[in-house]
Amino acid sequence: MIPAAFNYHRPKSVQEAVALLAELGDNGRALAGGHSLVPMMKLRLASPGNLVDLAGIGELKGVRADGNDIVIGAMTTQYELIASNLLTDKIPLLSETSLQIADPQIRYLGTLGGNVANGDPGNDMPAVMVCLGAFYNVTGKSGERRIAAREFYKGTYLTALETGEVLTAVRIPTPAAGHGWAYEKLKRKVGDYATAAAAVMLTMKGGKVESCSIGLTNVADTPLWAKEAAKILTGSSLDAPTIKKAVAAAEAITSPASDARGPAQYRTKMAGVMLTRALDRAKSRARG
Amino acid sequence: MAKSQIELKVNGKSVEALVEPRTLLIHFLRDQLNLTGPHIGCETSHCGACTVDLDGKSVKSCTIFAVQANGADIRTIEGIANADGTLHAIQEGFREMHGLQCGFCTPGMIMRAYRLLQENKNPSEEEIRFGISGNLCRCTGYQNIVKAIQFAAAKLNGVPLQEAAE
Repeated sequence: MIPAAFNYHRPKSVQEAVALLAELGDNGRALAGGHSLVPMMKLRLASPGNLVDLAGIGELKGVRADGNDIVIGAMTTQYELIASNLLTDKIPLLSETSLQIADPQIRYLGTLGGNVANGDPGNDMPAVMVCLGAFYNVTGKSGERRIAAREFYKGTYLTALETGEVLTAVRIPTPAAGHGWAYEKLKRKVGDYATAAAAVMLTMKGGKVESCSIGLTNVADTPLWAKEAAKILTGSSLDAPTIKKAVAAAEAITSPASDARGPAQYRTKMAGVMLTRALDRAKSRARG
Repeated sequence: MAKSQIELKVNGKSVEALVEPRTLLIHFLRDQLNLTGPHIGCETSHCGACTVDLDGKSVKSCTIFAVQANGADIRTIEGIANADGTLHAIQEGFREMHGLQCGFCTPGMIMRAYRLLQENKNPSEEEIRFGISGNLCRCTGYQNIVKAIQFAAAKLNGVPLQEAAE
């Protein structure tokens, strides 16, 4: 399996990368960890004439606190997310999710930026970012802009990212101390995309849900933010009847494809099961 | 398309070469450097038979272009034995514990186990299974591969082998 020929570029700065991509237009693609794009190129499902490798750009790496936010460079790998003490401490949902992405070899190279920018509904991080209320920093020839993850995804491989733009960083509002979290993913085997998965963040006060956010993976052509389900749960003690109602509300917004992972109805039900489990685990981890 | 000049280290030796940008690292290693230890199995990033060590990371060399490895330090199965030619503890473990049958997955398994044991000197069985979950073996059922890696960990840690074999 040999990809179509292409020219390789390795810019040293975001500015240089953006200038190159603007010049190349539809004939250029940014290369991050390459673990979605390279397989696509080998299958000739993608054949860009030019690859702009972002690996040489130091400013795209690393995790740092910035005021009330945590900022993660787009080229930070899943492996580095798992190893980050700052993330383990402040947003453990990210390492929990990263550990369920693909396999060890792929996590060494696969990046957060690639995972969220690709627009593949099978990727895990988009629903997590939707759940966390993250923002994406995007740089294009005309400057920088910030896009909410909740408004970024338009369809399969369709995002708010325009030709020539590079997603440079992910900015996440630091979750409240003592929050509960969980990412529950059903997959057929190691390395598979989710049949269905659910991300949950919540805070509890006096045994009741004070705030709650839910993201769903791979049960529509975009990640889903289950707003109604979260609203139903807020103020409850996460009792069984309320969870049932919330799960029904979450299932109602799904529209999965029937494919090798199962018929649509099954995948919708599995989204509900994953949400139930994630709520249970998030509750057990929340303080307050 | 213009070829690119790359310089890298492979098994301790400096290598300079001209490659087409679309040349995958596995093809560069096998066809240009004649290092046929890393195997082409699935070619779709699943099986791990092509695993090599690159700058302290285990990577599937079928899913990275050789140009991306410019400047890298790579180790393949050919570079794993001790300098005096004796087997590395992981190789010895695979022999002693029958960690292979057909042997096709073995170079990838050993290179992955090599990095795993660099990061975690004394992994539990569960950690070993999770650590090699990107490598497929169709013969062994993994049990003896896990034992082989446990053997190697014990040997590298200086634990008496009798105990490790139990």
